[in-house]
Amino acid sequence: MSTATAPVPTAPQPAPSAQRGRPARRFPWTDVITTVAAFVLAFLVGAVLMIVSDTEVRSKFTYFFARPTDALAASVDKVGSAYGALIAGSVGGYGPITETTAQAAPLICAGLGVALAFRAGLFNIGAQGQAIIGSIFAAYVGFSWHLPAGLHLLLAVAFGLLGGAIWGGLVGWLKAGAGAHEVIVTIMLNYVAAGLLDYLLTTTAFQRPGRTDPISPIVDFSATFPRLVGGQLHLGFAVAILAAVFVWWLLERSTTGFAIRAVGANPHAAATAGMSVARTTVITMAIAGGLAGLAGVQAALGPSASGLPVPLSAGIVGSIGFDAITVALLGRSTPLGTVLAGLLFGALHAGGLAMQSVAQTPLTLTTALQALIVLFVAAPALVTKLIPFVRTRKAHASGPVPEGGLA
Amino acid sequence: MTALDPAPRTHAVAPTAGETVESPEKRRQRLSTGALIGIVGLLLLVALGSTRGEARFALSDAFDEVQLPTVPLPGVPTVVVCAVLCLAAAAAFLSGRVRGRRAALAATVAGVAVVLGFLTWAAAGRDLPFPVSNQFAGTLSLATPLVFGALCGVLCERAGVVNVSIEGQFLAAAFAAAVVGSITQSVPAAMIAAVVAGLAMAALLALFSINYLVNQVVLGVVLNLLAVGVTGFLFDQLVQPASSTYNNAPVLETVPIPGLSSIPFFGRVLFDQNVLAYLAIIAVVVVWVLLYRTTWGLRIRSVGEHPQAADTVGISVRGVRWSAVLAGGVLAGLGGSFFTLASTGQFTKEFTVGNGFIALAALIMGRWRPVLATIMCLFFGFVTQMASQLQTLSTPMPSQLLLVLPYIATIVAVAGLVGRVRPPAADGVPYEK
Repeated sequence: MSTATAPVPTAPQPAPSAQRGRPARRFPWTDVITTVAAFVLAFLVGAVLMIVSDTEVRSKFTYFFARPTDALAASVDKVGSAYGALIAGSVGGYGPITETTAQAAPLICAGLGVALAFRAGLFNIGAQGQAIIGSIFAAYVGFSWHLPAGLHLLLAVAFGLLGGAIWGGLVGWLKAGAGAHEVIVTIMLNYVAAGLLDYLLTTTAFQRPGRTDPISPIVDFSATFPRLVGGQLHLGFAVAILAAVFVWWLLERSTTGFAIRAVGANPHAAATAGMSVARTTVITMAIAGGLAGLAGVQAALGPSASGLPVPLSAGIVGSIGFDAITVALLGRSTPLGTVLAGLLFGALHAGGLAMQSVAQTPLTLTTALQALIVLFVAAPALVTKLIPFVRTRKAHASGPVPEGGLA
Repeated sequence: MTALDPAPRTHAVAPTAGETVESPEKRRQRLSTGALIGIVGLLLLVALGSTRGEARFALSDAFDEVQLPTVPLPGVPTVVVCAVLCLAAAAAFLSGRVRGRRAALAATVAGVAVVLGFLTWAAAGRDLPFPVSNQFAGTLSLATPLVFGALCGVLCERAGVVNVSIEGQFLAAAFAAAVVGSITQSVPAAMIAAVVAGLAMAALLALFSINYLVNQVVLGVVLNLLAVGVTGFLFDQLVQPASSTYNNAPVLETVPIPGLSSIPFFGRVLFDQNVLAYLAIIAVVVVWVLLYRTTWGLRIRSVGEHPQAADTVGISVRGVRWSAVLAGGVLAGLGGSFFTLASTGQFTKEFTVGNGFIALAALIMGRWRPVLATIMCLFFGFVTQMASQLQTLSTPMPSQLLLVLPYIATIVAVAGLVGRVRPPAADGVPYEK
């Protein structure tokens, strides 16, 4: 809860016990156990979904009482092969692990954008639009300018950041200046960004010469994130970690960050203390937008399996912006938590792709799993009720998020 | 109890304009409205440069029994008149001389002038006339699911439960309607299934927000994702391989109301729609009556504004909130069924394309009031329909940019015209005894 974080600014995940006179800074075992339990529950529900929707397995359940082993064996086989592929595809070896980091990098960046806005009491649903604008800027610099290696990449990243920051700052400005509700504005700007990308891909500046479909030229190699040999681990992941360190520094060590947290905890008190709520709102949204824009940069400049980035097209950022919200929620809006949550969902994505190709289980299952995990993590009381031996000392729910929501 | 004031009254304005003191908030809103109208007026003047020929507006289409004439409007003079009207309204707002009813009149004139001016500019010199009756009929049908969604939101949020998951409820309902409709080949069964799916999603929302005190905005986002994931997975795994059995629902027919539907122009717009559109109109009235004229409605509003007070007088806060969220689920379920049953009868992944979020925006713009929220839905439907109609006319604007027009219009309306809004006091705050 936002009020709980204020007194212990140095603890990334304030243990609930700190408030009750117990020794502060204990390792948050409760959190870990409920999180693990939430995972188990989510995967159980996922398994049920798989069994119910598979016609072959279901047909074996029609004679369950005659020969239960058939149905059970088929179920175990189905679920086992899917989850086996999921695990093998995410952490089973060097290749899969680097694929996980590649999938995690944009999630971490966009997740940080959402988390930072949360800390200021702002609900940033617009990471999607901000990432799209970031990818447009970065890709444009990447394929239309031809500069020496190093400088080219740096400029492409900088422009991507700038694009996201403009798109996010616009939200902050409209909120601070005209009182426009940030949830509405960010939702609408997501559509506007997507429409803008669609439009740009029909213009001569963006469409690949000789093509009639909306696709851009390929980004220069000099503007691509260099990757390690033999895997998908690329510089973008280091950029994402740096971004997380920056957000930690901003929130915990800088004056601006103090204002952000103060405004998030209580805007009236912050205003009384002499902080400008309007200014903080604009700054927070601009930085949050920049971070989400960085996610777009990752999508536009991160190397694909072939070594060159995917060219700009309508679905360039996928659903990064929306996944980022769950990443921030699972990470309890702290930089470290966001990195861990980003890695986790990155692993889920990487494994999901393997699951789809190896076990023929649709990728959409990972979306459902993702939602279930966050749902169970957000409701520790339910987890303890469903799994009775997980005894928690009143585990606290998701971290600092705007109280009350649409206020 | 001003907080529980039922009437959606316009803010009282003293009759003698010169004497009242304007709050800074009001002043800023008045100035931004004036500036906005002024800018649009100037844009219309700029658009004069590319206006040529005359714009024709068809009042009826080829299938109508009574053919109304096609009205030609000379391009340049019409745009000039509209621009001047806008600038006059802007001047009136900026000077601060007009208040109350006259301000509303100025805003209405400016709104009509903006739409007419823009349409004339876009349609001037085109081969085809702009179909006016289609415009209004399409507005109503585009607004139908939005109205259901916004009303669902009104019920939930007036009771103090933020509902960001309207989108998820739509999606689940649309999926249920497609599958059950395909198996039974019956429209009522499909609608019932949609309502059940909407109720199930609403029950999840209620369970986690009211009983487990999960942050409601978080919960809404997660429920949306869950709906996307589960419907997407079941679609891939179950529906897609056998789409003739599972994804082939019957489609709603339009039901012309005898007599009324043959009135020229209005008949086709208002009285030749499908059942869901009529239900939406009825739902607006029902929700209004429920909220403002029944004990239950009073309780909903009281637990949304001050749950402690409601609890003190013996109202079960949790019970009332549960009932409001479930009632909202029924409405969202009907809205979701529209996507399947009023189009092709088929479900595709994530095909509610953010309509739930638009409904949420309409609800906030409509200040959590059923009628105002409905008007906002109609506004959104109007702009969307206008954009898609103009696409067929091959206007000067690229079609991709026309398609984002509704979203830009919403941002402009939120920032320039609506301004700061005040939600129900306990909206989003879980109640613990």
